[in-house]
Amino acid sequence: MSWRALLAALSVTFVVSLTPAFGQEHEAPAPPKNRWSFAGPLGKFDGAQLQRGFKVYREVCATCHGLKLVAFRNLTDPNGPAFTAAQASVIAAEYKVQDGPNDQGEMYERTGRLADYFPPPFPNDQAARARYNAVPPDLSVIAKARGYERGFPFWVLDFATQYQEHGVDYITALLQGYENKPPAGFTLPPGSFYNKYYPAHAIAMPPPLTDGRVDYTDGSPMKVEQYAKDISAFLMWTAEPHLVQRKRVGLQIFTFLIVLATLLYFTKKKVWHAVELHPEELTPRPPLEYPRR
Amino acid sequence: MSGNSIYQPQSAFMRWLERRLPIAGLVYSSFVAYPTPRNLNYWWTFGGILTFMLGVQLVTGIVLAMHYTPHVDFAFNSVEQIMRDVNYGWLLRYLHANGASMFFLAAYVHMFRGMYYGSYKEPREVLWILGVILLLLMIMTGFMGYVLPWGQMSFWAATVITNLFSAIPLVGESVVTWLWGGYAVGNPTLNRFYALHYLLPFVIVGVVVLHIWALHMVGQNNPDGIEPVTERDTVAFTPYATIKDTFLMIVFCILFAWFVFYIPNFLGHPDNYIPANPSVTPTHIVPEWYYLPFYAILRAIPNKLLGVVALGASIVILAFLPWLDTSPVRSARYRPLYRQFFWLFFIVCVGLGWLGSKPPEGAYVLIARIFTAYYFAYFLIILPVLGRVEKTKPLPASISQAVLSQGIPVGAPAPPPAAVGKA
Repeated sequence: MSWRALLAALSVTFVVSLTPAFGQEHEAPAPPKNRWSFAGPLGKFDGAQLQRGFKVYREVCATCHGLKLVAFRNLTDPNGPAFTAAQASVIAAEYKVQDGPNDQGEMYERTGRLADYFPPPFPNDQAARARYNAVPPDLSVIAKARGYERGFPFWVLDFATQYQEHGVDYITALLQGYENKPPAGFTLPPGSFYNKYYPAHAIAMPPPLTDGRVDYTDGSPMKVEQYAKDISAFLMWTAEPHLVQRKRVGLQIFTFLIVLATLLYFTKKKVWHAVELHPEELTPRPPLEYPRR
Repeated sequence: MSGNSIYQPQSAFMRWLERRLPIAGLVYSSFVAYPTPRNLNYWWTFGGILTFMLGVQLVTGIVLAMHYTPHVDFAFNSVEQIMRDVNYGWLLRYLHANGASMFFLAAYVHMFRGMYYGSYKEPREVLWILGVILLLLMIMTGFMGYVLPWGQMSFWAATVITNLFSAIPLVGESVVTWLWGGYAVGNPTLNRFYALHYLLPFVIVGVVVLHIWALHMVGQNNPDGIEPVTERDTVAFTPYATIKDTFLMIVFCILFAWFVFYIPNFLGHPDNYIPANPSVTPTHIVPEWYYLPFYAILRAIPNKLLGVVALGASIVILAFLPWLDTSPVRSARYRPLYRQFFWLFFIVCVGLGWLGSKPPEGAYVLIARIFTAYYFAYFLIILPVLGRVEKTKPLPASISQAVLSQGIPVGAPAPPPAAVGKA
């Protein structure tokens, strides 16, 4: 197969799929892209940002949203929020956890320990629905469970540029995407709020963030925009706690593979040099003809 | 054909063993002395890449199975447990999930290569049919594997695909109930999919052995599509094919690693990180990218039963390719007209993949129908007719001469245009 033909084939496909008159899918605007410390091949979580994000989670989101796949011990992850074990124990102790049964066969409540997981804000979905008329989703993997369509030429670019932050960018935009008045012609169902980034625009979650709602002690701006970024970064960590290790191992593997491929290439050239054909060794013969069936 | 093809045991122990179990001799004749056409290009490495990927999927899959829980209440969380608490669990799972994509990518390249160079033609029909069986097994295995994490896409893919069988007249509904092990996709479904997902790869291994056996019976095809005639037309498998294949395999691994380490969720769907919920249907239910062309064919047909038939036919028809293509000339290098229809077919397949990812409405449906029509016309009309009417180019006298005329040595005639740019 020739590369030229392959290229031609691919470019035709490219042009075909660029043709308009097919797009009508999304009325929601694409969330703006942010600069994330964890993007790209050398990406790392910013511990301070994750700690701020955790504060936003605990003081705002945790009222309704669980984090059931995350344990308090995870908060000490040096590649994550990097709380000290003592700090994480204090955080855990602020939660009541159901344990048991004890010797009398009864369930009981005790203060949380490092080994415990974040307790759910509601005992079950029905309780949540009774209270809020909706079940607030668990946030443990939400940063990977949300995203937005990038459309044809862009997803190819995303492959090359390693853009993987669809989910965090969407969450960041969503948290700032509330509008007090829906655009003319849009009827907002009762009990819901207009959010321009939410797929159908009518979201059950009230605007969670307001300027100054969470106290930052490290001098970061106490603005909705900053809160939104910090909580999104924190949720990226909860969704992908081994991201830093993954990228670090990846770099080592990559270096190894590229060096190995280079060595193999030159070895292959040398090995094949020994069996190169020379025209004078061949006696010319007439071309073959297959018999016609 | 070239070199010493008889294994000579070098030590007393190997002489002893060889008289009782000639396994070293088998390995030697199959993977060392085995003559390979000297004009093979890098597209021929994809068979080796597929074997390698099968190994990767088996090793990662078996370790994942040690940590996975096939129960509707625990499956999703057990996968998350693997991602979080199992040592290098994230690596195992991302290798396995992206490995499936790489496996299919390599399989499709391998098949297009076989079609371009006419590798399915006499005497390689059985080799080709075994390949089609392998594709079918891969499709089944991949689909069941996708169901195991029990996310939204898992659940709804299982629902949509098993429901296809309800299109069968009279017994359809009973068949679906039997497949589910109940009246809806539920725990019995997940359990049997898990059991089959573990079983089928070993069936694949068995068919791969047959595939390689058949290959070693008839020898490899090559880019010029002519059989080797002299010793100069072939080189020994080791070191020549081994080193060339290893090089490309490592390059392929670089692509694989790019996905695994940097964009592990690029080929997945965000909805599969939402735990399965039978009462909420996702807006678009989309299969994995490697099923999209077949999905597009399914949806292009307005009638459900006929759609399912077309879906099945689109794969089964491949098995008849050796007899549908009537041309005695194998390689597209010497078939100028076939080459154009082939590339059109390639574009149609990629296009169907793109259409499979789009909602079945408006212009998409129309294009999907045109592409589906071409897909089947290619096999049923174009190939049978083309073999009878096409004027093919003269074939080179031997593989060696073909190699030399491409290398453009002094005094040699200019290569045909199709040969420019070959690896």
